[in-house]
Amino acid sequence: MEDKKVLLDIRNLTVQYKTRKGTVEAVNNIDLCVNKGETIGLVGETGAGKTTTALAIMGLLPVPPAVIPNGEIFFDGEDLLLKPEKEMRKIRGGKISMIYQDPMTALNPIMTVGDQIVEMIVLHDRCSAAEAQTKACEILEMVGIPAVRFSEYPHQFSGGMKQRVVIAIALACNPSLLIADEPTTALDVTVQAQVMEMMNKLKRELDTAMILITHDLGIVAEICDKVAIMYAGEIIEYGTAEDIFDNHRHPYTEGLFGSIPNLEEDQDRLSPIPGLMPDPTTLPEGCNFAERCPYAKPECSRGAVMTSRLSKTHVCRCIMAEKEV
Amino acid sequence: MSTLIEVKDLKKYFTVPKGLLHAVDGVNFKIDEGKTLGVVGESGCGKSTMGRLLVHLHEATSGSIYFDGKDITNLSGNELKSIRKDMQMIFQDPYSSLNPRMSVSELIGEPLRIYKMCSSKEEYRARVKELMDTVGLAERVYDSYPHELDGGRRQRIGVARALALNPRFIVCDEPVSALDVSIQAQILNLLMDLQESRNLTYMFITHDLSVVKHISDDIVVMYLGNLVETAPAKRLFTNTYHPYTKALLSAIPIPDLHVEHKRVELKGELTSPINPKPGCRFAKRCPYAKDLCFSKTPELEEVESSHFVSCHYVREINSL
Repeated sequence: MEDKKVLLDIRNLTVQYKTRKGTVEAVNNIDLCVNKGETIGLVGETGAGKTTTALAIMGLLPVPPAVIPNGEIFFDGEDLLLKPEKEMRKIRGGKISMIYQDPMTALNPIMTVGDQIVEMIVLHDRCSAAEAQTKACEILEMVGIPAVRFSEYPHQFSGGMKQRVVIAIALACNPSLLIADEPTTALDVTVQAQVMEMMNKLKRELDTAMILITHDLGIVAEICDKVAIMYAGEIIEYGTAEDIFDNHRHPYTEGLFGSIPNLEEDQDRLSPIPGLMPDPTTLPEGCNFAERCPYAKPECSRGAVMTSRLSKTHVCRCIMAEKEV
Repeated sequence: MSTLIEVKDLKKYFTVPKGLLHAVDGVNFKIDEGKTLGVVGESGCGKSTMGRLLVHLHEATSGSIYFDGKDITNLSGNELKSIRKDMQMIFQDPYSSLNPRMSVSELIGEPLRIYKMCSSKEEYRARVKELMDTVGLAERVYDSYPHELDGGRRQRIGVARALALNPRFIVCDEPVSALDVSIQAQILNLLMDLQESRNLTYMFITHDLSVVKHISDDIVVMYLGNLVETAPAKRLFTNTYHPYTKALLSAIPIPDLHVEHKRVELKGELTSPINPKPGCRFAKRCPYAKDLCFSKTPELEEVESSHFVSCHYVREINSL
């Protein structure tokens, strides 16, 4: 751990949305650390708080209703939460950029794709329009789009191509951290494979750290160094890819793996997790997963569950984690 | 076992400003009663159009559809209404396929009302509750509205609506792709249980190959309106012959760190289905394409028993 430099360090972050129906506890006391050049997979179901975490890092939470009662987000040693908006605007897109889920809506339909990349470069780098244009062409080529398509509009591109443009915009200023929020969910598998391949290659070339938000464990297996599993606003298990795929301990992680139909083996029935995620306005006391957990015991619903460290890299939030060993 | 659905040379062309869009172009297949046919393909390959053709949400351009031995291609009016009772559809998006102004009970009871299935209010209420119970919806949501429910529960409403008239055949158009994995598994198990208890026949349309393998007896792979490979589900995954199917299978990310990945990378994306030229539709992206592929359209041929592939060079490529 020590030999790599810490790029992003989230400590004890909590995000809540104050609504008329009550306080939605979207993210609860999470700790997450990203080293330079590393890829972390943030896995969880809809409503687990993945996107809220990403928006908190970007400083893009809608305030109100969002409030951050406690927590720190250190990026390159500085707390992003204390930065004034003016400085955040420089960091956003320049040092941290984000790829959004839906390429169809992320692009401006009345601007050519080239201009959208140029816009990004001009905002962050001090350079002339001509220089920015040359650079934009280079980036387009880099993501596999011929530079002759510079002055075409988004509707002239297919879904996969649009996502490449979005990636090009995100990488235009050479950020040190890239947050990709379900970058390939809207794409077909063969196109997804192309885009993932390309992202992986670019990430290695540019040495960009990445937080990949997804619910597809297959993609995680392919490109992530570390994996954090989120459930109801908490990171319930965190470790290296090996820890999570070969040695997962949390019953929810186990349930996630049991829910995916396996291509290699034959199985008659899937073993899904029964029930639904708890309502984030009224989270239960103790373990959030207890209600759906096949191993739940009375003590699971009493008092906060501590995170136990199973090895140097592997942590798990379950009272049984250590006992089962 | 009897054949429930048979489709012969089915075609559907849409007229678009640039010409004719060949959405489904000469498709043949059969589904036996009580079985599931999985249809896989990328977006735009015509799989949803095919599902909609079967239940008459689109009219076929040519070709014929037989349901239980009866030609239903050109039915209309009352005849169509009575056959629709036996054929239902579950739609992809549980967020937009339900009328937001109708309560759960109204949504599930709508088919019962249209077909005048119940003679009294008590019978109607009992039937709706029974349906809710079948698909695992709690009675307390009887008067709720769709926006109060999550995606999984909404999709259960969709399933209940499809089951209301006791159909024999259900077209499932990507019923789980809008859902989270843990909820997806719940719905898949529900569909499989229902099939067992009611001897339902499914056509299961999806782009998710692991789901299709799990639920299907037979699989057809579609590419731009054509079937490129059809085989029993397990055979398709062990003996994959068509270059497109190979690429498709190799593109699936596998949630296991120890699986060696031999990826067949495809260049480009789907070509346009508008006024297609003769020849194999896949030729442009195919790593094995030769001159013949660009001039002559390949036909489905039986490579092994009940395993059909449409490729001129299938034997050479796979050294059969």
